[in-house]
Amino acid sequence: MFYIMSDINIVDAPPGIEGSGFFATSLDKVIGLARSHSLWPLPFATSCCGIEFMATMGSHYDLGRFGSERLSFSPRQADLLMVMGTIAKKMSPVLKQVYLQMAEPRWVMAVGACASSGGIFDTYSVLQGIDEIIPVDVYVPGCPPRPEAILDGFGKIQELVRNESGRRRDSDQYKEMLASYGIL
Amino acid sequence: MAEANNHDLIQLLSARFGDKIINVQEPYGLLTFETTKDVIIDLLKFLKEDATANFNFLTDITAVHYPEKKHGIAVVYHLHSMVNKVRVRVKVFIDEHHPNIPTATNLWNAANWMERETYDLFGVKFEGHPDLRRILNMDELGVHPMLKQYPLEDPNRVDKKDEYFGR
Repeated sequence: MFYIMSDINIVDAPPGIEGSGFFATSLDKVIGLARSHSLWPLPFATSCCGIEFMATMGSHYDLGRFGSERLSFSPRQADLLMVMGTIAKKMSPVLKQVYLQMAEPRWVMAVGACASSGGIFDTYSVLQGIDEIIPVDVYVPGCPPRPEAILDGFGKIQELVRNESGRRRDSDQYKEMLASYGIL
Repeated sequence: MAEANNHDLIQLLSARFGDKIINVQEPYGLLTFETTKDVIIDLLKFLKEDATANFNFLTDITAVHYPEKKHGIAVVYHLHSMVNKVRVRVKVFIDEHHPNIPTATNLWNAANWMERETYDLFGVKFEGHPDLRRILNMDELGVHPMLKQYPLEDPNRVDKKDEYFGR
């Protein structure tokens, strides 16, 4: 049997003006397109959501299909911080340090009930959602979420990345938001 | 005492410590008694080093808070004699406003972390401990969370408020 791999999808070009020998569009759209399909995630996995993420990275669900084959275990090269699992208050300075080490532009995804809200751990020792210490772009519900849910959340991140204005990170609104977290 | 029994043990202890051994009980066969903090280390040392008792293993040190009692903090020692196949539980009730008790680190090195944990969660100060710092909770916590005057839940929790459930 011989297969022709003709069903490979290639991402559509952004809206623009096309003519013989040229294609014009805005820089934001091109950069958004490129970034959204080459996000390097940093997995910050502390518990069962991390196990689901391992399945998500595995060959069956394969996050690599969306341009994230390469996980970055250094925050310096990472674009997307994926926080998966319960964050104890004792660990919150570590998580914040990891976030601070990431270069702009950076996105954060809170995977699962614990990272989003503290989950079942409504107790003195557990952070009640990572948004108490760092800004979060996308929340994925579930305890733990299935790999499909993580992929869906990843798609939401891609959508944000694709449509982000090139000047968003310089805006006063963004700086105020960071300042409210004590990040300068 | 190849097969130690609780009766022989309590006789041995009463002969040595007299009326410092109080409220002897045997719930589910586990010998349990109270003593006072002035003899606790002598008593642990005796239980560890006496040839017949031979409690060579410190299983755990923890505490219990009884807010309604006058001496409201019970420090609990669990010992295990691996030779005699017997366990014992020793309780010392101390004043919750001055929760001081001598350290057992000179007898068992294992007591080091157990006492740090008991300090962290109950605020019991083990006098003579080489390094009495918090071990589990973050340093800035400010309270000893297993004391019952402190709420177990985190005050920052928002998604369990009654208004979200029509209550």
